[in-house]
Amino acid sequence: MEDGGDGEDGGEQTTTNKQQPANKNQQPTNQQPKMQKDAIRQREQRTGWILITPALLVLALVFAYPIVRAFVLSLFTQNLGTELEPVFSGFTNYVRLFGDGRFWQTFGQTAIFTISSILLELVIGMVFALVLNETFRGRGLARTASLIPWALPTAVMGLAWAWIFNDQYGVVNDLLSRVGFIEDPITWLGDPVRAMIALIFADVWKTTPFIAILLLAGLQSIPQDLYEAHKIDGANPVQSFWSITLPLLTPQMLIALLFRFAQAFGIFDLIQVMTGGGPAGRTEMISNYIYATVRRYLDFGYGAALVVVTFLILIAAVAITAFLLSKTRINVTGER
Amino acid sequence: MAVAQQPQEQQTQSKIPTKRIILWLGVISLLVFCLAPALWQLLTSFKTNDAIATIPTIYFPNLSELTFNHYITLGWNFLRYVFNSALVSVISTVICLGVGAPAAYTLARLNIPGKQIILSCVLVVSLFPYVLLFLGLLELVKYFGLGNNYISLIIPYTAINLPLTILVLRSFFLQLPKDLEDSAKIDGYRTVPMLLQIVLPLTLPALVTTGMLAFIFAWNEFIFALTFITKDEMLTIPVKVAQIGGASVYEIPYGPIAAATVLGTIPLILLVLFFQRRIVQGITAGAVKG
Repeated sequence: MEDGGDGEDGGEQTTTNKQQPANKNQQPTNQQPKMQKDAIRQREQRTGWILITPALLVLALVFAYPIVRAFVLSLFTQNLGTELEPVFSGFTNYVRLFGDGRFWQTFGQTAIFTISSILLELVIGMVFALVLNETFRGRGLARTASLIPWALPTAVMGLAWAWIFNDQYGVVNDLLSRVGFIEDPITWLGDPVRAMIALIFADVWKTTPFIAILLLAGLQSIPQDLYEAHKIDGANPVQSFWSITLPLLTPQMLIALLFRFAQAFGIFDLIQVMTGGGPAGRTEMISNYIYATVRRYLDFGYGAALVVVTFLILIAAVAITAFLLSKTRINVTGER
Repeated sequence: MAVAQQPQEQQTQSKIPTKRIILWLGVISLLVFCLAPALWQLLTSFKTNDAIATIPTIYFPNLSELTFNHYITLGWNFLRYVFNSALVSVISTVICLGVGAPAAYTLARLNIPGKQIILSCVLVVSLFPYVLLFLGLLELVKYFGLGNNYISLIIPYTAINLPLTILVLRSFFLQLPKDLEDSAKIDGYRTVPMLLQIVLPLTLPALVTTGMLAFIFAWNEFIFALTFITKDEMLTIPVKVAQIGGASVYEIPYGPIAAATVLGTIPLILLVLFFQRRIVQGITAGAVKG
């Protein structure tokens, strides 16, 4: 960072000297560069702020305000009981949250959903990345095909998945019975465990391409010599995968996991469309609970408390990953 | 030719075929995994209601089992929702690039205090699930009377795409040769004209890349569109399609749903087909270099 800044100032000096005649306050010669440097720096800062302010305003409005507002509102009771007027109630909402079975249930379900889908995605995404990194005829086409699940709207594909897992006409049941795994059609979305499996499957389908693309970029940056040297030492491809590919891909894997953790933890549209949180709330996630609290039960204060707690959990996860990431960066450079 | 190649093939046969077979198995499962669900929806959208409800499932329908009726049921009206989605997505993408590019330039090249803090805030913000935002935004939308007004979607969509736009464009600006800007400054360019006349034209490929990602995210967004727009003729694709799906509990219109899925995703499929490389670039630049 600092290096870049110094270099820039060095570059400016030539400019300033040329503009000198236009400058009205003539300074003694040896102070001149510093004074003009300051003037230039000030002007640069002003331009910088002008260029960045619109973006910061939009971000503040859409990201910062709602979060700050949630912190404030979570200390108030504002629901049908108070005729939707905010009444200060301290930490009542948080106390209620602590004893709210539905919150803990959705929290647990969100955790199960998040952990299973990101782990599966990591494994399948790794396989895809390894495949797409090889040379074969039609590789471009395969890469294009692998992007399609990522690009399609979750809410729309949620319906497609509901159709695929339909108990009467669904293609999953048909295939399973043709192969002979099942005798009679089984209910997928009507059974808590199987509905969760179906949701995880749909989410893995949708987001594996994202992980595969990130890992593929990482694979392409690993020097081929490493593998050749390892091969000469008598290692087989599986061994080189464990001792070269995996360690060198750690940063990419952590970044992918971080992004995916945040997205999966906040999953909303897939559940809303595919199961509606059912059966009996057994696939409801935190997001769906927050949405229902605010939109259906009109309990704004409690909804805000839910938002705050979810936000804090996410921030904690980000902090942990950032810490791990900084550690691996050091390790990687240390090894080299 | 076959004769000439034979000795070679025999030599390598012991090693290469197993590796090739595994590779092609991987390729085929990748293609099936990624394409089958979408293709299944495509097939369903052309099957007659009878064919849809036949057990065991029909995978290769006859001509008599195919129909355009589901598309006709949806009617021209459905294009309205495609248009709505396109309108909101295009406008928010353009604003996002217009606001994001200058910010990215500042973060790449100009010295302002607190730059690192801003940058890490932008990074963290890109991880927020939208559900954390909709409560506060709902209040704002009510306060300003913006319900059923596309502004209530355009501003949030601009914002949710800004972090990625800023990170990708910043990494692009950092790669530009610094000499170019230095010599432009020696020629007497001020920062803003230089940005418009010299830097931005060079950035066009990166702008297309980020614009593409922003467009896709805006097109697919669900929770804000579900909350802030309630008038039927103003709905966007994801909400409208979900609504068709949830319209009746007892008789779910699978054919029309499938047709709606197909129509609502065609624009995205076209984007992916034509701009695969750029999209891949955008995803990696946004996540890795940021």
